Amino acid sequence: MSEMTKPLLEMQSVSKEYNGNPVLKDVSFTLGQGEVLGLVGENGAGKSTLMNILFGMDVIHQTGGYGGKVLIDGNEVKFASPLDALKAGIGMVHQEFSLLPGFTAAENILLNREPQNRSVLSLVFGDRANTIDRKKLQKEAIDAITKLGVELDPDMMVSEMPVGHKQFTEISREISKSSIRLLVLDEPTAVLTEKEAEMLLKAIRNLASQGISVIFITHRLQEILDVCNKVVVMRDGRIINELDAGKTSIQEMARLMVGREVSTHPKDDDRAGRTISDRIVLSVKDLWVDMPGETVKDVNLEVRDGEILGIGGLAGQGKLGIPNGIMGLFPAGGSVMLNGSPIPLNNPRACLDSSLAFVSEDRRGVGLLLDESLEWNIAFPAMQIQEKFLRMYLGGLIKWRDQNAIKTVTDKYIEQLQIKCTSSKQKAKELSGGNQQKICLAKAFALEPKLLFVSEPTRGIDIGAKSLVLKALREYNRELGVTIVMISSELEELRQICDRIAIITDGSVSGILPASTPSEDFGMLMVGKTRKEA
Amino acid sequence: MRKELNAAAVRKFAANNIVPIIFIVLCAVCIPIAGYSGTYLVDQIITRIVRNSFLVLSLLIPIMAGMGLNFGMTLGAMAGQIGIIFITAWNVVSIPGLLLAAIIATPIAVLLGWFCGKMLNMARGREMITSYMISFFMNGVYQLVVLYGMGPVIPLSSDQVILPRGYGVRNTIDLLNVRKSIDNFWSIKLFADENGAGGITIPFLTIILIALLCIVIIWFRKTKIGQDMRAVGQDMEVAREAGIKVERTRILAIVISTVFAAYGMIIYLSNMGTLNTYNSHSQIGMFSIAALLVGGASVSKASIKNVFLGIILFHLMFILTPQAGKNLIGQAQIGEFFRVFVSYGVITLALVLYEIRTRREKAESARNLALSQEATA
Repeated sequence: MSEMTKPLLEMQSVSKEYNGNPVLKDVSFTLGQGEVLGLVGENGAGKSTLMNILFGMDVIHQTGGYGGKVLIDGNEVKFASPLDALKAGIGMVHQEFSLLPGFTAAENILLNREPQNRSVLSLVFGDRANTIDRKKLQKEAIDAITKLGVELDPDMMVSEMPVGHKQFTEISREISKSSIRLLVLDEPTAVLTEKEAEMLLKAIRNLASQGISVIFITHRLQEILDVCNKVVVMRDGRIINELDAGKTSIQEMARLMVGREVSTHPKDDDRAGRTISDRIVLSVKDLWVDMPGETVKDVNLEVRDGEILGIGGLAGQGKLGIPNGIMGLFPAGGSVMLNGSPIPLNNPRACLDSSLAFVSEDRRGVGLLLDESLEWNIAFPAMQIQEKFLRMYLGGLIKWRDQNAIKTVTDKYIEQLQIKCTSSKQKAKELSGGNQQKICLAKAFALEPKLLFVSEPTRGIDIGAKSLVLKALREYNRELGVTIVMISSELEELRQICDRIAIITDGSVSGILPASTPSEDFGMLMVGKTRKEA
Repeated sequence: MRKELNAAAVRKFAANNIVPIIFIVLCAVCIPIAGYSGTYLVDQIITRIVRNSFLVLSLLIPIMAGMGLNFGMTLGAMAGQIGIIFITAWNVVSIPGLLLAAIIATPIAVLLGWFCGKMLNMARGREMITSYMISFFMNGVYQLVVLYGMGPVIPLSSDQVILPRGYGVRNTIDLLNVRKSIDNFWSIKLFADENGAGGITIPFLTIILIALLCIVIIWFRKTKIGQDMRAVGQDMEVAREAGIKVERTRILAIVISTVFAAYGMIIYLSNMGTLNTYNSHSQIGMFSIAALLVGGASVSKASIKNVFLGIILFHLMFILTPQAGKNLIGQAQIGEFFRVFVSYGVITLALVLYEIRTRREKAESARNLALSQEATA
């Protein structure tokens, strides 16, 4: 590349805020033709927002646009929609596949861009009556596959493909667009086997050598070292550092990724004052869970009585699958023992009966009865499962709700958790996200469980509410000795309240460390550098 | 090992084709009991194929577009009936009459199909129940038009068609003008006795028409619009992302189906020779769908093969059961009774099976995960 040519893509101090919360601050970088740029960062670091801006996604326009400039070939662009971005030669391969299962690879690659033959009937019915030129379709698909340099049978049905081939099909689709100049790959290797990932990396090098630039988002740092020219590390909406991939190391990147050093550990003394017995409350062996996007394979965990165990890891690695699988919300297998007696899997009722409770990450879907009052929301599970808040008549034949008891318990939790509402009769959907989360907690507390799973309790709620929720959990653990397993994508949050933290990578436990361990070590576990606890 | 594999394959085949297998067994039991001759049965089956296949074929395109069984085909049948009422009143005879009926029915069917398609786009994911309800609703509109509109508002003054009170269409209309016009245009008779009775009649022109429709459907699958429909049928979001106009494609699928249903109804009525003004259309929707399902189709997958197998099995059943019932317990009524409950039963069974199959596929993916874990462990 000569010094004269303008870089293919340049971002100049791009910034973005959602409802006053800055998510991107002063992001600038350049990408030349045929270069591979690695983009790394924890969840919520701003990677997706940055890509959304690049593609002109609706979500950006609807929330007031962005600041700064995006330049292509030195000219400023503002894409109104992803279609405009496509026209400018930018393609994206998403984490979730957008493929049609009943179509072959070739049909998917050229979806809605099929080569056509005109027929007599086209004159009558217009272009959509053109027949599809199968031979040419085949040829163009093979061309794209060859350009990518992978092995892929164009006639194979997507539903029968291994995941890797699906990924290749997706990428081939982008490449088959003749104008393609910049390809964004969002965690493309997350679902691949080692061998498939290797093939993909080779393909990326192949594309770069043909002059196509690539932005490669991944958490597998070794891959960055293998294929990228340079690395941009993001954290909290900023670019922390731009590194030359040839001169950096995994350690350096991992440190930059997670490394907001918390000077003093806030709750150390609190933790020190407690004794956690060595008794195992919950032991999980060989657990697998088929939860779409959060597959769990071969998880072994032991939870001690009275502790708060954190489960962390990057999105899509399977940390959410663990509680959802144990509680029977998704098909699961393996063995789970609570206090030495087995818990049947795939049976939500049995879990609840054995004093497990679960606060789901899907607050609005699983967690709440949105159209019902707070009283109902809090009392309903306890009423249904443990027959609390009921008055029995005729020896239990007739059960009547005990409205007073329900009101008392609801008011108790409203006060205890500082839930902001007009009254205990208010509808759940009228509360803010943070207060809804507190209702979910109250609901689980009302069950008086021995062990509580809390999944992403602070997702989508503001900072003030976050600390209240965390405080409520800690107090609940301290005062009643309830064992808590908390799943969260935010490592710092886990480090604040947990005793030990397990990191899930690729569906299984990559390590369990005490919460006081430096976050750098957790970062290494997240990117799957070391397997299993030493 | 090999044997196990075969047994598993047989079990899978049986599970996937349970409905046709049940019907084949039932028919095999009924044939000797009813005691009909082979030529009679073949002749009857050909008649039924000729009568019904156009209607059943009209269901294929919405299934391809992922919209399930188009209970709204009743709307097309109504349009066809309106066409037939007009030509009977105007006394246009034979094939020109049927052509005119088709010309009248086409715009009505397009309009109704467009309306139905619009509605179904608003009720995405619940197409079948919605189209079923639309057909009830439109039945009311149809009755209003035919019972009160024809005569005073839409001028028709044929004694054959209009009730003696001066408005409204008669309950049944004799279609002498067009009775078997297409069938008799070019047909041959095989194995008949000296008096020309019995034997097997083969109506060539109708068969050519049906073959033509089959070719159109096969060709349609190969067109751009056909490809789009298959894409939309599998995943609307993916199709939309690729730039396919999802809503338009779905409306088009219903419009095409409705228009074909209208033509199918005209062929059906011409073959039958009588129009049951207030009942024919709703019955025909149910029977067509049941026949398709008997042929082994499901809510999401149907082929031309399913259409013909279904018509043969479903109608063979109805030819056999009255006689079988009579021979067994002296009651021919049981056949008619059978006909209705079997249709509803088959539709229910197919809907339930579809759901079970979907769930089984999900369970399979979970099992694969367990297996892969064992493999790595």
